[in-house]
Amino acid sequence: METINEITDKCSNLAFDLNFRYAKHWKSKNEYRVLVGYLPIYFPREIVHAMNGLAVGIFGAGDRKQIIRGDAYYQSYICHLPRGIIEMGLDGSLNEFDGFVFPATCDCIRNLSGMFKLAGKGNFQRYFDYPQNFNSKVGGIFYRQELDKVMEDIRKINRQHASIEDLNNSIRLFNINRRLIEEIYAIRQEFPWRLSALETYYILRAGMVIPVEEHNEMLEQVLDQLQKERGEPMDNIRVVINGSFCEQPPVGLIKSIEMAGCYIVDDDLLLGSRWTIGDIDDNTDDPLEAMVTAFLNQSTFSSSVYDVGNPKGARLVEQVHRRNADGVIFSAASFCDPALLDRPELQKACDAAGIPHINFQYHENTGQFKVIKEQAGTFSDSIKLWA
Amino acid sequence: MSNPKEAIKEKSMIIQKDMLAKLFTELSTAKENGKKVVYTFVPGNVTELILSFDMLPVYPEINALQSGMRKKSASYIRDAEKIGFSEDVCTYVKCDIGMMLNGNIGPTGEKMPEPDLLLLSYTGCFTFMKWFENLEKLYPNVPVAMLHTPYQEDGKITEDQITYMVKQMETDVIPKMEMVSGKKYDPERLSKMMVNSAKAEDLLVKVLESAKHVPSPIDAYFAGVYYIGPIFTAFRGTEEAVEYYTELWNEVQERMRLGLGPITPEGELREEKFRLVVEGPPNWTNFREFWKIFYDMGAVIVASSYTKVGGVYDLGFRHDPEHPLESLAKYCMGCYTNLNLPQRVNLLADYVTEYKADGFLINSIKSCNSFSAGQLMIMREIEQRLGVPVGFIESDLVDPRYFSYANIKNRLESYFQMLEQRKIILAQETSEAIA
Ligand code: SF4
Ligand code: SF4
Repeated sequence: METINEITDKCSNLAFDLNFRYAKHWKSKNEYRVLVGYLPIYFPREIVHAMNGLAVGIFGAGDRKQIIRGDAYYQSYICHLPRGIIEMGLDGSLNEFDGFVFPATCDCIRNLSGMFKLAGKGNFQRYFDYPQNFNSKVGGIFYRQELDKVMEDIRKINRQHASIEDLNNSIRLFNINRRLIEEIYAIRQEFPWRLSALETYYILRAGMVIPVEEHNEMLEQVLDQLQKERGEPMDNIRVVINGSFCEQPPVGLIKSIEMAGCYIVDDDLLLGSRWTIGDIDDNTDDPLEAMVTAFLNQSTFSSSVYDVGNPKGARLVEQVHRRNADGVIFSAASFCDPALLDRPELQKACDAAGIPHINFQYHENTGQFKVIKEQAGTFSDSIKLWA
Repeated sequence: MSNPKEAIKEKSMIIQKDMLAKLFTELSTAKENGKKVVYTFVPGNVTELILSFDMLPVYPEINALQSGMRKKSASYIRDAEKIGFSEDVCTYVKCDIGMMLNGNIGPTGEKMPEPDLLLLSYTGCFTFMKWFENLEKLYPNVPVAMLHTPYQEDGKITEDQITYMVKQMETDVIPKMEMVSGKKYDPERLSKMMVNSAKAEDLLVKVLESAKHVPSPIDAYFAGVYYIGPIFTAFRGTEEAVEYYTELWNEVQERMRLGLGPITPEGELREEKFRLVVEGPPNWTNFREFWKIFYDMGAVIVASSYTKVGGVYDLGFRHDPEHPLESLAKYCMGCYTNLNLPQRVNLLADYVTEYKADGFLINSIKSCNSFSAGQLMIMREIEQRLGVPVGFIESDLVDPRYFSYANIKNRLESYFQMLEQRKIILAQETSEAIA
């Protein structure tokens, strides 16, 4: 068995290999395999898996790639994420991908789907719309049609058909994946020092670029070792991070928050990995319907989904209480309309519940963390002082 | 700077002014008169449906735009930023929130009525959704109806998408309208309104396409925003709108007959030197100054994408009295920002060709990702396909901090020089070819 240190080392390499060598190698082993790149926030990877494909999260270039041509495609007041993705598209990093899915997260990602279409990148460039109507006979049917479209895109490439059993099996594997992740979060809630936020991040992000079976094995090994004590408890406060669901902060920022005395006990980094709360029925005659039902009824809260009847503010407060957190750090990408437009209402909900909060903005390639570290440090001190 | 000139007023302008005055009076007395008020958005609106229930629509973007023109937006935006809105986000939203924080005073100086229904017709822009989530919190007891418009991601409208939208209308939007208005849905009345919609749409297309004529009798961007006003907002489906567009079309025909150029606030444009296609919304805070830069250079905007945000009627769509709900669905999905990028490029390239434009210009709006994300690629595509000179300026809709007059003027001057040189070269090439 590999140690947690070995696993996190491996994961940090996998997570930030912007050439996606592991996924490409996986594809090269069988001519019917397909690689489908998808953007944040959420995409139901089960359907790709069931069709002999690997859904690979393309979450930006972070601070790992110099943007040479990508900047020429975007005005200064547009977030950083799509520049890195354009850069990857132009420098050949995405060449072996068969197709791309652009979930309905925001107008930037939506329009990026059109840029990929114009550039003819991949065999398909699918904008994947989430329904904003949650009636199963209205939004449910719409969502199922969206799933069908992606499956048809893949079918055209590898002529594979997903049987009921294939789909049930894929749903089962991703159920296990989410359960294992949730167990890690549960352990970290009680013993946050056993696995740092950064280690957790590496492990989760690697799961976005490798087959789920392999990720599940890794998660099991990690969980097994987390049963035992690891690391030293510190006098830190416990925080929830909110607003980082799409453009990912540089790892230096995550590290800085922890070093400033804040255990991150929940977050919306890589939110797609735990979008569905609980299991999806994996023993059914109609697995796609099960996925639809889960989307309509078991989705987490997010800036890209209309929050009618179930406001995000209340759900954030519930999350803070459930995780027994001391405060919230609102940390959003600069120029991220969805995150930043949600922020005032979320802050108001925190204020009403007496939950302290701070906020800052970042770019995925931010290199200076001094100010953020100081801010987080002051936040931590003030909570400790007034607790 | 010299004093602004007295603007020329044509009859259609007076009709429109009266229509608006009447609407705002109706809005300010709505509560006393028992009229119900629906807040909704311009792109993909279902105005005929609202009017068929005798309710009055209010469009928050129009309030923001008016606030920009009345120089109120800067302080409204500041107030929204004070309560936590980031400097980075759409200024229309902030301006509207700021206006509400300051008593919700409308363009006539009277308080806007509070909504009885929030109708989120969510077309072509995610920010609308966020905007409405904020409005919901401001008006917690007001019912909300959501009308989700699928994006034309495949470059076409499918039967499944139409069915999805019609179902949303039937199961959510119409029942809520019935509840709020206390009236039954009347499909016949709706159909009758659509007869008027289609008539007005025909006339608007004629007006906008008159710019294919050389010299163009209209400016299809700066003046265009006035032409689209009634049909994109509260008047589509009404007799008044038909009357307005009939008059406008008569005036435009007369201008064409006389070979006249567009009317501008500085007077009539006497010599058309450059013909341009413009992509992106205008700036409202310095609208007249902005327009004047083009006027001074003899530039006419012959086609623009902004005048298509409430419907690309020139591609043939008309509201259909035979299938009212289906046609509302198609209308919502057909609005400009709901087109995918390749469709946008094709449309703009066709405009450049069909309207015999000398150049293609983008006014990139800091606030608006829906328009702006991808514009630089659109620009490259147009340049590569057509070889016309492309220009790029940046401003904002209603935040005066992002309108730099000197900067924009400099950039435009260089751009017009480039157009001038190209004209000279083209003329030389033509004369050489003839010789
Ligand atoms: S960071 Fe925000 S604005 Fe940028 S692509 Fe992601 S969701 Fe859209
Ligand atoms: S982002 Fe653009 S389209 Fe959307 S509300 Fe703002 S100005 Fe309007």
